[in-house]
Amino acid sequence: MLRAIFSHPSGRIGGTIVVIYVVVALLGMFDVTPHNPLQQYRIDRLHAPNASYWMGTDLFGRDVASRLMKGVGQSFFVGFCSVTLATLAGTVLGLTAAWFGKAWDGLVMRIMDVLLAFPAILLALLIIAIAGPGTWTSIAAIAIVYTPIFTRVVRGPALSIKAREFVDAARTFGSSRRYILTRHLLLNLVAPLTVQVTLALAWSLLTEAGLSFLGLGTQPPASSLGLMLADSRNLMETAPWLLIFPALAIMISILGFNLLGDALRDIFDPRTRRSAA
Amino acid sequence: MSYLTRRLSTFPLVMLGVSILVFVAIRMVPGDAITAMLGTEAGLLTPAQREALANYFGIDQPIAVQYWHWLLGVFRGDLGISVTYGKPVLGVILERFPLTLQLALMSMCVALLVGLPAGVFAATRNEKMSDLAVRIFAMIGQSTPNFVVGLLIIYALSAGFGILPTMGEFTPLLVDPLRNLGQMILPAVTLGFAFAASVTRISRSAMLDVLSDDYVRTARSKGVPKRSVIWRHALPNALIPVVTLSGVEFGYLLGGAVLVEQIYALPGLGRLVLDAILQRDYALVQGCVLFIAFNFMVVNLIVDLVYVALDPRIRLGEGG
Repeated sequence: MLRAIFSHPSGRIGGTIVVIYVVVALLGMFDVTPHNPLQQYRIDRLHAPNASYWMGTDLFGRDVASRLMKGVGQSFFVGFCSVTLATLAGTVLGLTAAWFGKAWDGLVMRIMDVLLAFPAILLALLIIAIAGPGTWTSIAAIAIVYTPIFTRVVRGPALSIKAREFVDAARTFGSSRRYILTRHLLLNLVAPLTVQVTLALAWSLLTEAGLSFLGLGTQPPASSLGLMLADSRNLMETAPWLLIFPALAIMISILGFNLLGDALRDIFDPRTRRSAA
Repeated sequence: MSYLTRRLSTFPLVMLGVSILVFVAIRMVPGDAITAMLGTEAGLLTPAQREALANYFGIDQPIAVQYWHWLLGVFRGDLGISVTYGKPVLGVILERFPLTLQLALMSMCVALLVGLPAGVFAATRNEKMSDLAVRIFAMIGQSTPNFVVGLLIIYALSAGFGILPTMGEFTPLLVDPLRNLGQMILPAVTLGFAFAASVTRISRSAMLDVLSDDYVRTARSKGVPKRSVIWRHALPNALIPVVTLSGVEFGYLLGGAVLVEQIYALPGLGRLVLDAILQRDYALVQGCVLFIAFNFMVVNLIVDLVYVALDPRIRLGEGG
């Protein structure tokens, strides 16, 4: 699998970016940063990048590189938690909808239709309006927005696999329902799910940054890429490093997940390889 | 049941579900509606006054009855009164909507004018350097959040040319078209950036599919000039996914571009929702969300209908 990813051109670039991203995120999460991200070096306020402050300092004299690492950690945490929740919920709902059919399928899919009737960011904003801003609300909001998509991704293929002969055969052998659902259906859904998880991670990074930028996600003094960009708005002319580095961090990390997602789609489905952009 | 009938019959059902969700969601906000409406001043009310207010707003009735009255109101165009503006919610929304509509249309123009030619160009030069360049650019475009694009544009303009986008009082299109376009062009480019990238990617892959079809090969072997094969024979069929994508994106944009409106200080629908949330103006949040979801669903329905009209195979096949 790894060899397949790294022999695919966009997989190689995307995979490398994602590996670096995860390492930086973990370092940030466990406070392995060049400086304390909350320490205010008052004497060095708005200092341009140099050997001591690799990405300069902000208005309060805090080290931008350390805050950026912390922010990447924060976005990874939100993305990882929300996508995990959405994947679990979507898989369970999609699998059971496909397996039991009838009323349950109808109910689940109509609820998903209702959730899909909202533009994603609006649904996230509505959830935040109810629960109040914060990290856990962002996680819940992103998870709820993405659950219908996972449900659909799982239900469609699950329906067609359910109708295949090997599932009938398993049933005649007397395999239990749980065994068929997990071994036969779920294992065959690993490919579309992996692609969707990668693309969902890209989207969750984007949404987390957007919500924090609006002041509805991560709350200060905690660090997040969206918050750093919001803070840079009034200072971008005097201290462009406050804008450039977080902007690049967001762009490159989303790019990494998108490239990896595209590569995975090609690897799992060689038919699209010819036309994939 | 044909795809069309099924799609049309589920529309009212989903809309009803949306209205229930919005209604219930707003009532899940901690604290009661009177406190939410009056803020800290609610603390000054005597229990009798509180009861009278509850009776006046009908919130002393069971939730199903409240929903029924609210739904009847919605059908009459009564979405309640906005506390912040002291005006009917629908009126406030309709004041903001023209800007959002204009912004959505302008960004779509930007996206199609850039994305379509770029996609076709890349498809005709498959696997060459120029194709690769277009693809890399499209991938970067798709991976850049629009508020980051907006901030970078503002920075590039102010640092490179010493100009700042005009962010003062917003001028409606009909009052002063030139001034209005001057204010709207940068937000439109910002929003159109990622949109153009998606159009490029999808038109490239659709074009590649069509170019390998038999009828295109036949046209080529008949000696039809290359330019004519691409633009007259292949492009119309490659447009189907582009139409779908543009429609869906347009539906999103009609919901207001919260972040871009915020960056360029434009009084559109997106900022209205955001302000309503920050000011806890729940009638307004509820009205906006319902209005936007309705638009989004109608646009998606139209996109599906257009898709069916363009590709008759869907009418018979199994659809979403």
